Amino acid sequence: MPRTPGADLPDHPDWLWNSPEPKHSYDVVIVGGGGHGLATAYYLAVNHGITNMAVLESGWLAGGNMARNTTIIRSNYLWDESAGLYEHAMKLWEGLEDELDYPLLFSQRGVLNLAHSLQDVRDSKRRVGANRLNGIDAEWLDADQVAEICPILNTSEDLRYPVMGATWQPRAGIAKHDHVAWGFARALDRMGVDLVQNCQVTGFDRIGDRITGVRTTRGDIAAGKVALAAAGSTSVLTDELGLALPIQSHPLQALVSELLEPVHPTVVMSNAVHVYVSQAHKGELVLGAGIDAYNSYGQRGAFHTIERELTAAVELFPMFSRAHVLRTWAGVVDVTPDASAIMGLTPFENLYVNCGWGTGGFKATPGVGWCYAHTIAHDEPHPLNAPFNLDRFATGALVDEHGAAGVAH
Amino acid sequence: MTGEYRLAEGGRINRDRPVRFRFDGHEYEGFDGDTLASALLANGVHQVGTSIRYGRPRGIASAGPEEPNALVQIEEPFPEPMLTATTVALHDGLVASSLPGQGRLATDPDPARYDAINAHCDVLVVGAGPAGLAAALSAARSGARVIIADSDTEFGGSLLGSDEELDHAPAGRWIDRVTAELRATPEVTVLPRTTVFGCYDDNYLVAVEHRGEDTFTRQRTWHVRAREVVLATGSHERPLVFPGNDRPGTMLAGSARTYVHRYGVLPGHRAVAFTTNDSAYAAAVDLHDAGVEIAAVVDVRPVATTLWTARCVERGIQILTNCAVTGTSGTDRVSGAQISPVPSGDSAPTVASELDCDLLLVSGGWNPAVHLHSQARGTVRYSEEICALVPDRATRGVRTVGAAAGTFTTGECLRTGSEAGSAAARATGFDADPAEVPSSPSGPVTPPQPTWLLPGLSADSDHDQFVDLARDATVADVRKAVGAGMSSVEHIKRFTTIGTAHDQGKTSGLLSSGVIAELLGVEVAQVGATTFRPPYAPVAFAALAGRDRGDLYDPIRVTAMHDWHLAQQCPFENVGQWKRPWYYPRPGEDMDSAVLRECHAVRTGVGMQDVSTLGKIDVQGPDAAEFLDLVYTNKMSTLKVGRIRYGLMCHADGMVFDDGTVMRTDEHRYLISTTSGGAAGVLEWLEDWLQTEWPHLRVHLTSVTEHWATIALAGPRSRDVLARVTSDIDLAADAFPFMSWTDGTVAGRAARVCRISFSGELAFEINVPWWHGREVWDALYEAGSDLDITPYGTETMHVLRAEKGFPIVGQDTDGTVTPHDLGMSWAVSKKKDDFLGMRSFSRADTVRSDRKHLVGLLPPADSAVVPEGTQLVELSELPEPPVPMLGHITSSYRSAALDRPFALALVKSGRDRIGQTVYGHVGDRLVPVEITEPVFYDKEGNRRDG
Ligand SMILES: Cc1cc2nc3c(=O)[nH]c(=O)nc-3n(C[C@H](O)[C@H](O)[C@H](O)COP(=O)(O)OP(=O)(O)OC[C@H]3O[C@@H](n4cnc5c(N)ncnc54)[C@H](O)[C@@H]3O)c2cc1C
Repeated sequence: MPRTPGADLPDHPDWLWNSPEPKHSYDVVIVGGGGHGLATAYYLAVNHGITNMAVLESGWLAGGNMARNTTIIRSNYLWDESAGLYEHAMKLWEGLEDELDYPLLFSQRGVLNLAHSLQDVRDSKRRVGANRLNGIDAEWLDADQVAEICPILNTSEDLRYPVMGATWQPRAGIAKHDHVAWGFARALDRMGVDLVQNCQVTGFDRIGDRITGVRTTRGDIAAGKVALAAAGSTSVLTDELGLALPIQSHPLQALVSELLEPVHPTVVMSNAVHVYVSQAHKGELVLGAGIDAYNSYGQRGAFHTIERELTAAVELFPMFSRAHVLRTWAGVVDVTPDASAIMGLTPFENLYVNCGWGTGGFKATPGVGWCYAHTIAHDEPHPLNAPFNLDRFATGALVDEHGAAGVAH
Repeated sequence: MTGEYRLAEGGRINRDRPVRFRFDGHEYEGFDGDTLASALLANGVHQVGTSIRYGRPRGIASAGPEEPNALVQIEEPFPEPMLTATTVALHDGLVASSLPGQGRLATDPDPARYDAINAHCDVLVVGAGPAGLAAALSAARSGARVIIADSDTEFGGSLLGSDEELDHAPAGRWIDRVTAELRATPEVTVLPRTTVFGCYDDNYLVAVEHRGEDTFTRQRTWHVRAREVVLATGSHERPLVFPGNDRPGTMLAGSARTYVHRYGVLPGHRAVAFTTNDSAYAAAVDLHDAGVEIAAVVDVRPVATTLWTARCVERGIQILTNCAVTGTSGTDRVSGAQISPVPSGDSAPTVASELDCDLLLVSGGWNPAVHLHSQARGTVRYSEEICALVPDRATRGVRTVGAAAGTFTTGECLRTGSEAGSAAARATGFDADPAEVPSSPSGPVTPPQPTWLLPGLSADSDHDQFVDLARDATVADVRKAVGAGMSSVEHIKRFTTIGTAHDQGKTSGLLSSGVIAELLGVEVAQVGATTFRPPYAPVAFAALAGRDRGDLYDPIRVTAMHDWHLAQQCPFENVGQWKRPWYYPRPGEDMDSAVLRECHAVRTGVGMQDVSTLGKIDVQGPDAAEFLDLVYTNKMSTLKVGRIRYGLMCHADGMVFDDGTVMRTDEHRYLISTTSGGAAGVLEWLEDWLQTEWPHLRVHLTSVTEHWATIALAGPRSRDVLARVTSDIDLAADAFPFMSWTDGTVAGRAARVCRISFSGELAFEINVPWWHGREVWDALYEAGSDLDITPYGTETMHVLRAEKGFPIVGQDTDGTVTPHDLGMSWAVSKKKDDFLGMRSFSRADTVRSDRKHLVGLLPPADSAVVPEGTQLVELSELPEPPVPMLGHITSSYRSAALDRPFALALVKSGRDRIGQTVYGHVGDRLVPVEITEPVFYDKEGNRRDG
């Protein structure tokens, strides 16, 4: 039977996961069944042998940002701290399909981060230099080289902010978010970890500053350790403990087009002409841009953000003019003052926090899982996430990625 | 053209205007008023493509935007991917082809124009069927500002697809009368061909108007802010799931009726109608009356309604109750339907008969189009009565009526529509009464029988039972998802991809919920549905981009002297939204030689630069001094009127974010300058603090950037030039000291002259009202001509300031640099009680001694300029990564004055390394560079007074 090339995805396995009732007690409870929660549980089980564990998810598994993100994976971050963590994740990505025995559609098609001003060029070269010294593949390309990699991109001078070049990370790319989550979930299910859906954590049980369990919409659950992985809702949870986190939740929108014949060979990101675009496996264009400026816990955004994003898209890619928007949606992203994540210990014993991944935590998923699991198992941060502690907002040892790298997602 | 499928008369097509078009390489003819689908059907073309996964032939399944199958690629007049043939209005020159899965984008630039409009109204009515028209009429008669929009080319909605009578006359007359009245009412905007596709907070709705291929604006996006909204968006018929339900010739019953009545087209010659409800009877009867032989109406219900039974009997149409279609035959088109009694329990159905047919009408009930209601955050619930989702709780100011609310008789739609229209108008303060509505003969509707999966079919047939035709997803796919442990409709949607195609599940959404419910053995209500997200129907990217393209993507800001710069043919640098001259090449010069020449001129003679783009904010009020003390790191309250002070602003984290000069013009008034790109951000920042943290401060901020044109006159001969065009300013160094300002006359114009220097040379900044900028610029240029006065651009300005070690915020800083890191502790007050950033200077990380410092760098004198952005390392040979980095080069140039390359860099413990050699990592090489003080030229500051 003729099948349209690329208009199809590989089949899922016959069995994914159970939906058990929560037990009364676990060694470890993970709050939030997104990519990070699932990956963390996975490495807790695989690397640290912990399986008397539950992942508690308030809705359907991996239905938060994990189900909504635009799946860009890259590790070309400026600062050593970020590079270490994201590159660790990248290396895990490179073996994850085999490890999980699941078609993740991990496609290393490269990412171009465009430069549109002299300062963009300086910043880009700086980042490329840092990446290379950190052992991360990165190149600076001039506008002609950019056009060779992505011929549909408008690299002409008549652009309002012409493309002056780009950084290029060949190992970067995209994956299929649901498959990643389900791959982890299936592996966890097999190892006997409880994936409890429709179970919202509403508070904590504690003795002094020691956390002993969680309260949920499906009853109280005792826990040796509680690890938060609730993305944009994390601050709501820690409010229960009077712990104020330096995160602000914002809507972040994305959209897709209809299925199109392949035209876009890579991933393009631009901050100045603000949009980023890839063409997913079935052929749909996947686009995103910046956060909606206001704070919100609502999974919906404002229309002008979409309009502005599409303006940028047709500026950079004139051929997208008559592509159609099929669907727009939004997630709630947790943004920190330095645009870097928070992962580590908290002022409460047996309570761990991972949040603040904002617009860019999908790419970190396996790396987060690995390091956060270590942190939980050893009650001490892994060296790779040590710089991302909560204390840095008091000491000032920030890992400021927006000023320097200026790139989101 | 009266082929065997086109009726000799009838329909709302214009038979006087034939339209020629091509489809899949064949020439056809249709009429004005046809859609591509109706024209194809009229030509006997049913199959319009093959399915995406299995390559099965697929036909036209509907007559509207819910079409799951008939996807076409437009080739001409201009390529457009993936439209539904059922919504493409036929026009001359249309060339289209079938599209099996992926659309194709044009490689040529889109010649069409798109724009946007803002509109405000009291009542927005979405949908112009009976309910919407009645609503609009009631609201319009009250005098309210009304907008009524409908996707279709004509108003009338479902009435266009039937032969219903209103007030004992064809419904078309009522439609025409109401439409004419609406058009004639001054406060009413009538928008056909306009799809409202998004409903955002506070009744902000967005719509796209398809204005036609030949119009000046092809599509227009409407941004509508409505005080009240009436949603009369109708409903979509639901297909049925049974083996072979995807063969071309299988069509929604109501759509077949539309083809007959609206387009005068017979979608087939011999039909079987398979239904769970009454509506397919109407289709069967109408098709029969139009000349289609009806082989049978197959009804899953045990008894048919009396009314319809009677009508069928009259016509000799056989009704098979308690029966189902359990298979179809045919290759490219349905040729027969297998009919079985609905088995009870799990027993397999036995095929009782096979009926020949070339058209299989299906109706599984109707789904109210609750999309916009739901987007507006209204809730929906599953109605057992109509077996569909209906609006439950509405958002304030939103009313849903007619079929969209689950009301299926025309009379009720008219009545509720009319009431909603007047209620909406009343809610906005108008004295409105429901408009009188015409009488409608339509009787009550008996509810459908919920039918999701036919019982007893073998698992083999799962693969042939399509749930989402657009995604080629079958019952087997759903069964597999459920079997894999999935129970959430969201998971199953993602597993099967049901509902993710171009139609976003208009026909398949609830159907899949029903199938899931059956497979899981739960209620449909428990399964629910996925979220309705904008857009309701696909919208072209270009329509949303509108006019904000090309130069209009972002406003281009130019100075009063811009034309002069243009005449010099200088390249421009984008600085924020500004176009700034980058350098002024003379014939034969490249950038490097032009910049060396310009630098040399400023250091030895005189140069002039247009610096009008620097941001300027007028700060006024009794608390202005206190306010500035809080936002700058240094003290501004002690500044004397007539004097100027350089200042740094930090964010609360203590990191520098902008700099500029502060000029005190009066006791309670300052003029502050910002970087060119940072002006808006600074104003926002200051307003943020004023309005949210310090509302007690009596301070007003006004952006005055564009009030002043500013010219920097720099170089040892600058005083001589200025002296030639001013007579009332004493320019002597002691009378007009550095960092002071004075008012006077320059070139005959009132001017404010400052002694500020960003190059270290004697320099003046001449501010004149914007509209005198060019004139004064010309006068200065003229006055300096014998001194070879040299206009210079941003590049020369950058080199000159770097020679003096002056940082550029945003280039030599990146949001991680404190004033102390810059070596500018002198600009941080130790006396003030508080200012933004102060607390952060005592944080553990900011008091580290090994922070990065701004230092100078000297590569070997005869070497090339080391690129900006270069990373610096300690070792002369590279170890394996990760290689520890010391910092990076922020600015790097060739100096005319020093005749060598030099650079500025941020380097870990930089000030402690002065004299050391470190290495720049350039390409794969390491270049030695010596760390120096950041000031390379005139360290003593001897040159600033001339
Ligand atoms: C539109 C969009 C585009 C993006 N694009 C990219 C991209 O291209 N590349 C990239 O790297 N990143 C991207 N991101 C960011 C990325 O999605 C997130 O950083 C990442 O998914 C966050 O981790 P997570 O998967 O664990 O979060 P989530 O999937 O949001 O998981 C958090 C989970 O916690 C659950 N939860 C919350 N509160 C409770 C509670 N009280 N009890 C129980 N459960 C709770 C939530 O329901 C949710 O399932 C994007 C995000 C969005 C929204």
